[in-house]
Amino acid sequence: MGIRERLSGNEAVANAMRQINPDVMAAFPITPSTEIPQYFSTYVANGKVDTVFVPVESEHSAMSACVGSEAAGARTLTATSSCGLALMWEELYIAASCRLPIALACVNRALSGPININCDHSDSMGARDSGWIQIYAENNQEVYDNFVQAYRIAEHKDVRLPIMICQDGFITSHGVENIELLEDDVVKNFVGEYEPYGYLLDDEKGYAVGPYDNPVHYMEHKKQQTEAMKNAKKVILDVAKEFKGISGREYGLFEEYKLDDADMAIVIIGSAAGTSKDAVDELRAEGKKVGLLKLRVFRPFPAEEIAEALKNVKALAIMDRTDSYSSQGGPLGAEVRGALFSAGVAPKTVNYVYGLGGRDVKVENIKEVYAALEEILATGCVGEKFRYLSVRE
Amino acid sequence: MSSIDFITDTIGWRDITPGGEIYEGGTSAAIRTGDWRTDTPEFIADKCKQCLLCTPVCPDCAIPVKDGKRGEFDLDHCKGCGICAKVCPFGAIEMKRGEK
Repeated sequence: MGIRERLSGNEAVANAMRQINPDVMAAFPITPSTEIPQYFSTYVANGKVDTVFVPVESEHSAMSACVGSEAAGARTLTATSSCGLALMWEELYIAASCRLPIALACVNRALSGPININCDHSDSMGARDSGWIQIYAENNQEVYDNFVQAYRIAEHKDVRLPIMICQDGFITSHGVENIELLEDDVVKNFVGEYEPYGYLLDDEKGYAVGPYDNPVHYMEHKKQQTEAMKNAKKVILDVAKEFKGISGREYGLFEEYKLDDADMAIVIIGSAAGTSKDAVDELRAEGKKVGLLKLRVFRPFPAEEIAEALKNVKALAIMDRTDSYSSQGGPLGAEVRGALFSAGVAPKTVNYVYGLGGRDVKVENIKEVYAALEEILATGCVGEKFRYLSVRE
Repeated sequence: MSSIDFITDTIGWRDITPGGEIYEGGTSAAIRTGDWRTDTPEFIADKCKQCLLCTPVCPDCAIPVKDGKRGEFDLDHCKGCGICAKVCPFGAIEMKRGEK
């Protein structure tokens, strides 16, 4: 039986970590990190977990310690946010290329500047090419569920890649919601024991990690890494199926909301999807054929599946909670458009940047987006393809 | 024979080890790195007094010592830096400029 609780997203993730009972957590314990290491260090202090907590002097050191610990054979995790993630940059790539299945709880907050601590996706979206799996959540339940599934995906023999479990800063990380936790032993059995392929503390077999790679071998390793990311798609779906068996809750690469017969749709990531569903419901009540695709898995990017899901949509708004400064829009806009073009699916598309630095996203703001799509359909003219939502002129 | 010998210059991505990991320690001995060298030391055994000042200063452990005596250079690993020639008090090491 599940346990009904009222928890913030940070508490929910810390609870998932407690239930997983990993070997090592290396984290920088104050801002720009999150409450997650704080809650988790309480579990460590109270003997609720067997984890070694390594308080480090920076996020650069946090990810370095995670790389060392995971290579030694320990199931390892960390948590960070915003500029903390930025300070991990170098080691994010090391973790991925060394094929170390570290789990990172990322609370999405803006990268300064101007100085800002509130929600947007600029931190993890900036790390989108680092080789980490990235899974995003709409609400507290989802981020808890995603974290419980994390190691099964990351440690799978066909994957062996680090994983970032993302949630929206303050909106879900500090917002308290009713959620259902799984029983401790159910999580423990689901996640299982970590059996690394090789590990530095193995006193019988020698093992070396992260050697220098000459041009003659580097591309073969990169090809391997990208194939592992491709493999992750199936593993994510398999793990989700198994997770449904213990929780009753269903997950895919994305969620389709009233998309089947929709002429107008938006693609969105994270908590604003919940707000957008309310907008969809209100517009549906007015008889408008609107729908939504909420992306859960951004890395690997489910291009073919997205194109298939959107093949009948006539006007599409792709919603980015970060700007890529390409002058063309955000990363989600570029990748969704790429997916559609490759599949020969050609709705009229517009790419919005919204919610930067914690800018509130209300139902009426999302309704403005659908109104813009309606106008595009009525006139046949897209107009400005890259727009900022709710920005004052 | 080292376990990394199968990682040849023609190995494909399916067969190479993930992330370049190596399943044994001390494998740098099996990798020939001496071909970076532009100058090459020559050991003049007649002048050598076996003082062994040269061996600890070699950054690449390319001067093998057996039974308390140094032998010929390990040219698979010597980078030709010339430190050994500088420290030798007896002129028993000469650097051949521009020789591999």
